[in-house]
Amino acid sequence: MPSPTDTTQRSATISVLVDNESGVLARVIGLFSGRGYNIDSLTVAPVDAAGLRSRINIVTSGTSMVIEQIKAQLDRLVPVHRVADLTMDGPHVARELALVKVIGFGEQRVEALRIADTFRARVVDTTLGSFVFELTGNTDKIDAFIELMRDLGLAEVSRSGIAALARGSSVI
Amino acid sequence: MSADMTQSGAEILLRALKDQGVEVIFGYPGGAVLPIYDALFQQNAIRHILVRHEQAAVHAAEGYARSTGKVGVVLVTSGPGATNAVTGLLDALMDSVPLVCLTGQVPTHLIGNDAFQEADTTGITRPATKHNYLVKRGEDLARVVHEAFYVARNGRPGPVVIDLPKDIVINKAPYAEPTVQHPSYRPRTEPDMGQIAKAIVLMKQAKRPVIYAGGGVINAGPEAAEALTKLARLTGFPITHTLMGLGAFPASDPQFLGMLGMHGTYEANLAMHGCDMMLAIGARFDDRVTGRLNAFSQGSRKIHIDIDGSSINKNVPVEVPIVADAGKALNALLAAWQASDEPTDKPALAAWWRQIDEWKGKDSLKFTQDIKRGGIIKPQYAIQRLFEITKARGKDTFITTEVGQHQMWAAQHFHFDKPNRWMTSGGLGTMGYGLPAAMGVQIAHPDACVVDIAGEASILMNIQEMGTLAQYRLPVKVFILNNQYMGMVRQWQELLHGSRYSETYSSALPDFVKLADSFHATGMRAQSVDQLDDVINAMLDCPTAVIADIAVDQAENCFPMIPSGAAHNEMLLGPEHESSGVGVTDAGMALV
Repeated sequence: MPSPTDTTQRSATISVLVDNESGVLARVIGLFSGRGYNIDSLTVAPVDAAGLRSRINIVTSGTSMVIEQIKAQLDRLVPVHRVADLTMDGPHVARELALVKVIGFGEQRVEALRIADTFRARVVDTTLGSFVFELTGNTDKIDAFIELMRDLGLAEVSRSGIAALARGSSVI
Repeated sequence: MSADMTQSGAEILLRALKDQGVEVIFGYPGGAVLPIYDALFQQNAIRHILVRHEQAAVHAAEGYARSTGKVGVVLVTSGPGATNAVTGLLDALMDSVPLVCLTGQVPTHLIGNDAFQEADTTGITRPATKHNYLVKRGEDLARVVHEAFYVARNGRPGPVVIDLPKDIVINKAPYAEPTVQHPSYRPRTEPDMGQIAKAIVLMKQAKRPVIYAGGGVINAGPEAAEALTKLARLTGFPITHTLMGLGAFPASDPQFLGMLGMHGTYEANLAMHGCDMMLAIGARFDDRVTGRLNAFSQGSRKIHIDIDGSSINKNVPVEVPIVADAGKALNALLAAWQASDEPTDKPALAAWWRQIDEWKGKDSLKFTQDIKRGGIIKPQYAIQRLFEITKARGKDTFITTEVGQHQMWAAQHFHFDKPNRWMTSGGLGTMGYGLPAAMGVQIAHPDACVVDIAGEASILMNIQEMGTLAQYRLPVKVFILNNQYMGMVRQWQELLHGSRYSETYSSALPDFVKLADSFHATGMRAQSVDQLDDVINAMLDCPTAVIADIAVDQAENCFPMIPSGAAHNEMLLGPEHESSGVGVTDAGMALV
């Protein structure tokens, strides 16, 4: 039984399997904005061969009572098939992809490339004065990379938001 | 496509409605729905009731649905037709009323072009409906209609919008028979028997039990109300109802404590506050019921039965959650209670009843009526007499209300022994609900007595529906408690804002007797207490629609009252009682 007096905030990665129909994303987002829940990250794409189902991955935060309420609210949406709390259901892997544009010359440019190598980022575009790095990993790793690039000519960042799956053989 | 394509979308639509058992549609025509109206004109299976405003169409469908248990159906045009319906849709969503609302839309090729009378109806109604659809292909039409009815009536009922572009209803489309299965929406209705067993343990151990039942019991059908009544009588537990639940358990039964909540009885609220076991059924612990959450029934273990899992543990954490249909869960509890040989604590229950009877002795709904000739009518007395006179006449009586003081007095002083007889706007609190809702009730029950207990301010919000009453000769009785104030707002201003009656005086009121006359109805008026019974009798005898304008005490306030931000044991009682309870805190002032 969640306690209303427990104000500890936790982060939750929730995966939602939905019908791939128009308006379904608006329903999910509208639920979050209408009820004042946080969205820290959101990804959505069709995941089955026929393109009939989409998977929405949401990273949210709140007290455990709020997280339970979010799951219950998602579950009662008509086009929702499954709701899984990956954070609670066991270990899971979560990854996101980032494209990071760095503009710089000389020693700065060399240092950026060296750090990118350490992070196993790939150079996907380059000019004489710029790089676009592609990097995948968990959110902390990407945050750390972007932080390091700040002093080395960080110009622009595009992030995918997280995709997540439970570890092991279980599926949602 | 195997199916024959000989029928237009409009004909397919009506065929699907017919297959869903629809008999009545409440609607208002317009450009985008002309083809549907043309198809309606050419058939006789479905009756159309022409309202005077789209909001009223939705409330009428709500009245129809709540008094019959069927799905109410609405048909409105695009743009303003759809936006006018939004208040009604949200009202139905908050009070869990099953509706299907058909909205016209501009043709598919014009969607997004800011066409004449275009609105993003699915966008606007998304948070105001349980679900909505925009039909983009003729071959989806019949399936979507069947799905909409399934969604509206299954699980926690609610309103569903189907947005119909004009070309979809003009072009030929195939028909599809109703299906019973929905691919993703399959609400759980059967209770988990392990949870039922846990609930029985708590119920058997209870020393100070209370049953707290809401509109979910009524939505689960008359069998659920019957099961609730059996369970309450079998256990001997005291029972209280929410505003939406009134009538599920007979109000005339001595085990009934009256309504609970902000304007609930002293005994109901103190029983909730002091209980050690609470059985909540089809109720959602909303703020009007709980008062200050951190002081709400701290000493009780709680069982919560609800068909909507998101209603459980939302505001109040409970020990035994049971996601199920109220009727099925109640019958499971009944069977399990009877099968269990676990003893109950009879002396403790008897002591609890003695305590409750002591609270009852306070007579928290007490008022004093000056019965001398010329005496000013107390609003509570007017409702009490309406109740006593309709009861004595023995005719099946349905009550709707508008929103405000009169609504709370009606809930307190009109007593319901059967479900589906009480229609009021609870969650949204929509002024203007009562008259159109009464219209819908009267359509469903042509021979019944249907009374809208109204205030003079609320009634003006959908007064145009007097025209609908006249057109269809619906003998609805509008019983206005006229205190010339928006009474509930005035009450809050008196209690919380230093009696500064900002914009709550009803200036320039119409002459309601003449107004009735101009709408082909009968107007009558009671100015003092000696005229009251005669007016009520004349109203009930009258074969036409009636507006009865009852002049009531302007200064009367609705008590008991739990002020915003206060707890159940901090109730304000009326002037009949020595002062009790607390004032309103700063935090409470910010609440509504």
